Amino acid sequence: MKQVLIALLVTGALYSLPVQSTEVANIENVNNGGVASLRGITELDTTRKADPMKRVEKDRSPIDRDYVYQPPLIPHQTRHYEVSLNANKCLSCHSWKYAGEMGATKISVTHYQSREGQVLSDVSPRRYFCLQCHVTQADAAPLVENEFKRVDSLR
Amino acid sequence: MKLVSNFWRKLCKPSNAAVGVVIGMGFVGGILFWGAFNTGMEATNSEAFCASCHEPIVNEIKETIHYSNRSGVRAICSDCHVPHNWADKIVRKVQASKEVFAFVMGNISTEEKFYARRKHLALREWQRMKENDSQECRNCHDFDFMDFSEQGQRSVKQHSTALASGEKTCVDCHKGIAHQLPDMSDVPGWQ
Repeated sequence: MKQVLIALLVTGALYSLPVQSTEVANIENVNNGGVASLRGITELDTTRKADPMKRVEKDRSPIDRDYVYQPPLIPHQTRHYEVSLNANKCLSCHSWKYAGEMGATKISVTHYQSREGQVLSDVSPRRYFCLQCHVTQADAAPLVENEFKRVDSLR
Repeated sequence: MKLVSNFWRKLCKPSNAAVGVVIGMGFVGGILFWGAFNTGMEATNSEAFCASCHEPIVNEIKETIHYSNRSGVRAICSDCHVPHNWADKIVRKVQASKEVFAFVMGNISTEEKFYARRKHLALREWQRMKENDSQECRNCHDFDFMDFSEQGQRSVKQHSTALASGEKTCVDCHKGIAHQLPDMSDVPGWQ
Protein backbone atom coordinates (compact mmCIF):
# COMPACT_ATOMS: atom_id res chain seq x y z
CA MET A 1 0.00 0.00 0.00
CA LYS A 2 2.73 2.37 1.05
CA GLN A 3 4.63 1.69 -2.18
CA VAL A 4 1.57 2.43 -4.30
CA LEU A 5 1.06 5.74 -2.51
CA ILE A 6 4.68 6.75 -3.05
CA ALA A 7 4.43 5.82 -6.73
CA LEU A 8 1.32 7.95 -7.07
CA LEU A 9 2.98 10.94 -5.37
CA VAL A 10 6.05 10.64 -7.58
CA THR A 11 4.02 10.52 -10.83
CA GLY A 12 1.94 13.43 -9.58
CA ALA A 13 5.08 15.47 -8.91
CA LEU A 14 6.47 14.59 -12.35
CA TYR A 15 3.30 15.77 -14.06
CA SER A 16 3.28 19.08 -12.19
CA LEU A 17 6.83 19.93 -13.21
CA PRO A 18 6.17 20.92 -16.85
CA VAL A 19 3.24 23.08 -15.69
CA GLN A 20 5.55 25.05 -13.41
CA SER A 21 8.09 25.59 -16.17
CA THR A 22 5.44 27.00 -18.57
CA GLU A 23 4.35 29.39 -15.83
CA VAL A 24 7.89 30.68 -15.61
CA ALA A 25 7.89 31.23 -19.38
CA ASN A 26 4.58 33.11 -19.15
CA ILE A 27 5.97 35.49 -16.58
CA GLU A 28 8.71 36.46 -19.03
CA ASN A 29 6.16 36.95 -21.83
CA VAL A 30 3.96 39.32 -19.86
CA ASN A 31 6.77 41.39 -18.33
CA ASN A 32 6.49 44.93 -19.65
CA GLY A 33 10.18 45.56 -19.03
CA GLY A 34 9.42 48.67 -17.04
CA VAL A 35 8.00 50.49 -20.08
CA ALA A 36 4.99 52.68 -19.45
CA SER A 37 2.35 53.04 -22.15
CA LEU A 38 -1.13 54.54 -22.31
CA ARG A 39 -2.17 51.53 -20.22
CA GLY A 40 0.22 52.64 -17.46
CA ILE A 41 3.01 50.33 -16.29
CA THR A 42 0.81 47.31 -15.67
CA GLU A 43 1.95 43.81 -16.71
CA LEU A 44 0.61 42.74 -20.06
CA ASP A 45 -1.72 40.10 -18.64
CA THR A 46 -3.36 42.31 -16.04
CA THR A 47 -6.13 44.69 -16.85
CA ARG A 48 -5.66 48.13 -15.40
CA LYS A 49 -8.65 49.65 -13.62
CA ALA A 50 -10.54 51.61 -16.23
CA ASP A 51 -10.58 55.40 -16.06
CA PRO A 52 -13.94 56.92 -15.20
CA MET A 53 -15.93 57.52 -18.38
CA LYS A 54 -15.75 61.06 -19.71
CA ARG A 55 -18.94 63.08 -19.85
CA VAL A 56 -20.04 64.01 -23.35
CA GLU A 57 -20.73 67.70 -23.78
CA LYS A 58 -24.47 68.15 -23.58
CA ASP A 59 -25.23 70.91 -26.00
CA ARG A 60 -23.24 73.82 -27.43
CA SER A 61 -22.85 75.83 -30.59
CA PRO A 62 -20.99 74.33 -33.59
CA ILE A 63 -17.24 73.71 -33.16
CA ASP A 64 -14.86 75.33 -35.67
CA ARG A 65 -12.92 72.99 -37.92
CA ASP A 66 -9.15 72.54 -37.62
CA TYR A 67 -8.41 71.56 -41.21
CA VAL A 68 -10.05 71.61 -44.59
CA TYR A 69 -12.26 68.55 -45.15
CA GLN A 70 -12.45 67.79 -41.44
CA PRO A 71 -15.75 66.05 -40.67
CA PRO A 72 -17.47 68.57 -38.35
CA LEU A 73 -17.52 67.46 -34.69
CA ILE A 74 -20.84 66.78 -32.98
CA PRO A 75 -21.52 69.55 -30.43
CA HIS A 76 -24.21 67.60 -28.54
CA GLN A 77 -24.98 64.24 -26.91
CA THR A 78 -26.09 61.36 -29.10
CA ARG A 79 -26.95 58.77 -26.48
CA HIS A 80 -29.46 56.24 -27.84
CA TYR A 81 -29.85 57.98 -31.21
CA GLU A 82 -30.59 55.01 -33.43
CA VAL A 83 -28.66 54.74 -36.68
CA SER A 84 -29.56 51.41 -38.21
CA LEU A 85 -31.07 49.80 -41.28
CA ASN A 86 -34.49 50.96 -40.06
CA ALA A 87 -33.89 54.48 -38.85
CA ASN A 88 -31.37 57.32 -38.79
CA LYS A 89 -32.04 59.80 -36.00
CA CYS A 90 -29.30 62.19 -37.20
CA LEU A 91 -31.10 62.74 -40.49
CA SER A 92 -34.25 63.81 -38.62
CA CYS A 93 -32.50 67.16 -38.15
CA HIS A 94 -29.45 67.25 -40.42
CA SER A 95 -30.90 65.99 -43.72
CA TRP A 96 -31.64 68.62 -46.37
CA LYS A 97 -35.33 67.98 -45.89
CA TYR A 98 -35.38 68.93 -42.19
CA ALA A 99 -32.25 71.05 -41.57
CA GLY A 100 -33.96 74.38 -42.29
CA GLU A 101 -36.98 73.70 -40.12
CA MET A 102 -34.89 72.33 -37.25
CA GLY A 103 -32.17 74.99 -37.42
CA ALA A 104 -29.50 72.30 -37.73
CA THR A 105 -26.35 72.14 -39.84
CA LYS A 106 -27.08 70.63 -43.24
CA ILE A 107 -25.03 67.58 -44.25
CA SER A 108 -22.72 68.49 -47.13
CA VAL A 109 -23.47 67.70 -50.75
CA THR A 110 -20.72 65.09 -50.73
CA HIS A 111 -23.08 62.85 -48.76
CA TYR A 112 -25.36 62.72 -51.77
CA GLN A 113 -22.64 61.57 -54.16
CA SER A 114 -21.53 58.12 -55.18
CA ARG A 115 -17.88 57.15 -54.99
CA GLU A 116 -17.52 58.23 -58.64
CA GLY A 117 -18.96 61.68 -57.90
CA GLN A 118 -22.34 60.98 -59.44
CA VAL A 119 -25.12 62.89 -57.65
CA LEU A 120 -27.77 60.67 -56.03
CA SER A 121 -31.36 61.44 -55.00
CA ASP A 122 -30.77 60.54 -51.35
CA VAL A 123 -27.94 60.06 -48.86
CA SER A 124 -25.37 57.64 -50.24
CA PRO A 125 -25.22 54.33 -48.36
CA ARG A 126 -21.47 54.83 -47.86
CA ARG A 127 -22.21 58.07 -45.97
CA TYR A 128 -25.16 56.74 -43.97
CA PHE A 129 -23.40 55.82 -40.73
CA CYS A 130 -22.74 59.30 -39.36
CA LEU A 131 -20.70 58.31 -36.31
CA GLN A 132 -18.01 56.70 -38.45
CA CYS A 133 -16.61 60.19 -39.15
CA HIS A 134 -18.49 62.60 -36.88
CA VAL A 135 -17.86 62.21 -33.17
CA THR A 136 -19.15 63.71 -29.95
CA GLN A 137 -16.79 65.67 -27.72
CA ALA A 138 -15.79 65.10 -24.12
CA ASP A 139 -14.16 67.65 -21.85
CA ALA A 140 -10.90 65.69 -21.54
CA ALA A 141 -7.20 66.56 -21.55
CA PRO A 142 -5.25 65.19 -24.57
CA LEU A 143 -3.55 61.86 -23.83
CA VAL A 144 -0.34 62.92 -25.58
CA GLU A 145 1.11 66.32 -26.41
CA ASN A 146 -0.09 67.66 -29.73
CA GLU A 147 1.56 70.46 -31.70
CA PHE A 148 -0.89 70.46 -34.58
CA LYS A 149 -1.58 73.93 -35.97
CA ARG A 150 -4.42 74.98 -38.21
CA VAL A 151 -3.67 75.97 -41.79
CA ASP A 152 -3.40 79.72 -42.32
CA SER A 153 -6.85 80.06 -43.87
CA LEU A 154 -8.52 78.62 -40.77
CA ARG A 155 -6.46 80.45 -38.18
CA MET B 1 -73.29 18.83 -5.99
CA LYS B 2 -75.62 18.53 -3.03
CA LEU B 3 -73.58 21.15 -1.22
CA VAL B 4 -74.07 23.63 -4.07
CA SER B 5 -77.81 23.05 -4.33
CA ASN B 6 -78.16 23.42 -0.55
CA PHE B 7 -76.21 26.67 -0.66
CA TRP B 8 -78.36 27.93 -3.53
CA ARG B 9 -81.55 27.08 -1.66
CA LYS B 10 -80.23 28.96 1.34
CA LEU B 11 -79.56 32.02 -0.82
CA CYS B 12 -83.14 31.91 -2.20
CA LYS B 13 -84.78 31.91 1.24
CA PRO B 14 -84.98 35.05 3.36
CA SER B 15 -82.24 34.84 5.99
CA ASN B 16 -82.82 34.71 9.73
CA ALA B 17 -79.64 36.70 10.29
CA ALA B 18 -79.97 40.30 11.37
CA VAL B 19 -79.79 42.93 8.62
CA GLY B 20 -76.63 44.31 10.17
CA VAL B 21 -74.86 40.95 9.82
CA VAL B 22 -75.93 40.61 6.17
CA ILE B 23 -74.74 44.14 5.37
CA GLY B 24 -71.52 43.44 7.27
CA MET B 25 -70.91 40.28 5.26
CA GLY B 26 -71.58 42.15 2.03
CA PHE B 27 -69.13 44.84 3.08
CA VAL B 28 -66.35 42.38 3.93
CA GLY B 29 -67.06 40.36 0.77
CA GLY B 30 -66.88 43.59 -1.27
CA ILE B 31 -63.52 44.49 0.20
CA LEU B 32 -62.16 41.00 -0.52
CA PHE B 33 -63.46 41.06 -4.09
CA TRP B 34 -62.12 44.55 -4.79
CA GLY B 35 -58.75 43.67 -3.27
CA ALA B 36 -58.46 40.50 -5.34
CA PHE B 37 -59.53 42.34 -8.50
CA ASN B 38 -56.98 45.09 -8.04
CA THR B 39 -54.24 42.63 -7.10
CA GLY B 40 -54.96 40.74 -10.32
CA MET B 41 -54.88 44.03 -12.21
CA GLU B 42 -51.53 44.94 -10.69
CA ALA B 43 -50.12 41.48 -11.46
CA THR B 44 -50.85 41.98 -15.16
CA ASN B 45 -48.99 45.31 -14.94
CA SER B 46 -45.74 43.84 -13.70
CA GLU B 47 -42.59 43.66 -15.79
CA ALA B 48 -42.36 39.89 -15.33
CA PHE B 49 -45.88 39.44 -16.72
CA CYS B 50 -45.08 41.54 -19.83
CA ALA B 51 -41.83 39.66 -20.38
CA SER B 52 -43.60 36.31 -20.36
CA CYS B 53 -44.74 37.05 -23.94
CA HIS B 54 -42.75 40.14 -25.04
CA GLU B 55 -39.30 39.16 -23.85
CA PRO B 56 -37.28 40.45 -26.84
CA ILE B 57 -38.80 43.93 -26.47
CA VAL B 58 -38.41 43.98 -22.71
CA ASN B 59 -34.70 43.32 -23.25
CA GLU B 60 -34.40 46.33 -25.57
CA ILE B 61 -35.25 48.82 -22.84
CA LYS B 62 -32.23 47.79 -20.78
CA GLU B 63 -29.79 50.14 -22.50
CA THR B 64 -32.11 53.12 -22.43
CA ILE B 65 -32.44 55.88 -19.87
CA HIS B 66 -35.83 54.64 -18.71
CA TYR B 67 -34.17 51.47 -17.39
CA SER B 68 -30.78 52.60 -16.13
CA ASN B 69 -29.86 56.16 -15.20
CA ARG B 70 -28.00 58.32 -12.69
CA SER B 71 -30.73 58.55 -10.05
CA GLY B 72 -32.31 55.11 -10.32
CA VAL B 73 -35.84 56.32 -11.02
CA ARG B 74 -37.36 53.81 -13.44
CA ALA B 75 -40.30 53.36 -15.72
CA ILE B 76 -41.57 49.84 -16.37
CA CYS B 77 -43.66 48.67 -19.36
CA SER B 78 -47.03 49.50 -17.83
CA ASP B 79 -45.98 53.03 -16.86
CA CYS B 80 -45.96 53.92 -20.57
CA HIS B 81 -48.27 51.36 -22.14
CA VAL B 82 -51.18 51.22 -19.67
CA PRO B 83 -53.16 54.37 -18.75
CA HIS B 84 -52.98 55.23 -15.05
CA ASN B 85 -56.47 56.67 -14.86
CA TRP B 86 -58.78 53.86 -13.65
CA ALA B 87 -61.52 53.96 -16.33
CA ASP B 88 -59.00 54.24 -19.18
CA LYS B 89 -56.99 51.43 -17.64
CA ILE B 90 -60.00 49.07 -17.68
CA VAL B 91 -60.70 49.99 -21.34
CA ARG B 92 -57.10 49.23 -22.27
CA LYS B 93 -57.14 45.94 -20.35
CA VAL B 94 -60.25 44.82 -22.23
CA GLN B 95 -58.58 45.76 -25.53
CA ALA B 96 -55.56 43.75 -24.45
CA SER B 97 -57.65 40.59 -24.32
CA LYS B 98 -57.75 40.76 -28.14
CA GLU B 99 -53.95 40.99 -28.13
CA VAL B 100 -53.78 37.87 -25.93
CA PHE B 101 -55.86 36.12 -28.61
CA ALA B 102 -53.40 37.26 -31.31
CA PHE B 103 -50.55 35.95 -29.21
CA VAL B 104 -52.24 32.57 -28.70
CA MET B 105 -52.82 32.37 -32.47
CA GLY B 106 -49.05 32.76 -32.86
CA ASN B 107 -49.02 36.11 -34.72
CA ILE B 108 -45.65 36.99 -33.19
CA SER B 109 -44.50 33.53 -32.17
CA THR B 110 -41.10 33.79 -33.87
CA GLU B 111 -38.63 36.64 -34.05
CA GLU B 112 -39.12 36.91 -37.82
CA LYS B 113 -42.88 37.20 -37.42
CA PHE B 114 -42.43 39.80 -34.70
CA TYR B 115 -40.06 41.97 -36.75
CA ALA B 116 -42.38 41.72 -39.76
CA ARG B 117 -45.27 42.94 -37.61
CA ARG B 118 -43.32 45.44 -35.57
CA LYS B 119 -44.15 48.50 -37.67
CA HIS B 120 -47.87 47.79 -37.47
CA LEU B 121 -47.67 47.44 -33.70
CA ALA B 122 -45.53 50.56 -33.30
CA LEU B 123 -47.82 52.68 -35.47
CA ARG B 124 -50.80 51.63 -33.36
CA GLU B 125 -49.07 52.56 -30.13
CA TRP B 126 -47.89 55.94 -31.50
CA GLN B 127 -51.44 56.66 -32.68
CA ARG B 128 -52.82 55.80 -29.23
CA MET B 129 -50.35 58.14 -27.54
CA LYS B 130 -51.00 60.92 -30.03
CA GLU B 131 -54.73 60.68 -29.34
CA ASN B 132 -54.31 61.02 -25.57
CA ASP B 133 -51.69 63.80 -25.91
CA SER B 134 -48.90 61.50 -24.67
CA GLN B 135 -50.63 61.15 -21.32
CA GLU B 136 -48.34 58.35 -20.19
CA CYS B 137 -45.26 60.55 -20.75
CA ARG B 138 -46.89 63.42 -18.93
CA ASN B 139 -47.72 61.29 -15.87
CA CYS B 140 -44.06 61.85 -14.94
CA HIS B 141 -42.80 64.57 -17.30
CA ASP B 142 -45.08 67.47 -16.42
CA PHE B 143 -44.65 70.35 -18.88
CA ASP B 144 -45.66 72.95 -16.27
CA PHE B 145 -42.63 72.05 -14.16
CA MET B 146 -40.00 71.85 -16.91
CA ASP B 147 -37.09 74.21 -16.24
CA PHE B 148 -35.86 75.43 -19.61
CA SER B 149 -32.68 76.79 -18.02
CA GLU B 150 -31.72 73.20 -17.20
CA GLN B 151 -32.44 71.88 -20.69
CA GLY B 152 -30.09 71.84 -23.67
CA GLN B 153 -30.45 74.48 -26.38
CA ARG B 154 -32.01 72.03 -28.78
CA SER B 155 -34.57 70.85 -26.23
CA VAL B 156 -35.56 74.38 -25.26
CA LYS B 157 -36.06 75.31 -28.89
CA GLN B 158 -38.56 72.52 -29.50
CA HIS B 159 -40.25 72.49 -26.09
CA SER B 160 -40.81 76.25 -25.84
CA THR B 161 -42.42 76.42 -29.29
CA ALA B 162 -44.07 73.32 -30.71
CA LEU B 163 -44.77 71.57 -27.39
CA ALA B 164 -45.82 74.71 -25.49
CA SER B 165 -48.31 75.69 -28.19
CA GLY B 166 -49.78 72.18 -28.24
CA GLU B 167 -48.97 71.86 -31.93
CA LYS B 168 -46.91 68.76 -31.22
CA THR B 169 -47.05 66.17 -28.47
CA CYS B 170 -44.19 64.23 -26.86
CA VAL B 171 -44.44 61.12 -29.03
CA ASP B 172 -44.27 63.15 -32.26
CA CYS B 173 -40.51 63.51 -31.71
CA HIS B 174 -39.69 61.00 -28.96
CA LYS B 175 -40.22 57.74 -30.80
CA GLY B 176 -38.28 54.59 -29.99
CA ILE B 177 -36.97 56.02 -26.72
CA ALA B 178 -37.35 52.67 -24.97
CA HIS B 179 -37.26 50.34 -27.97
CA GLN B 180 -35.53 49.86 -31.27
CA LEU B 181 -37.38 51.38 -34.20
CA PRO B 182 -39.16 49.69 -37.10
CA ASP B 183 -38.56 50.85 -40.69
CA MET B 184 -39.06 54.63 -40.40
CA SER B 185 -38.82 55.54 -44.10
CA ASP B 186 -42.41 56.85 -44.42
CA VAL B 187 -42.89 58.14 -40.87
CA PRO B 188 -43.21 61.96 -40.66
CA GLY B 189 -40.05 63.57 -39.26
CA TRP B 190 -37.86 60.69 -40.32
CA GLN B 191 -35.93 59.88 -43.44
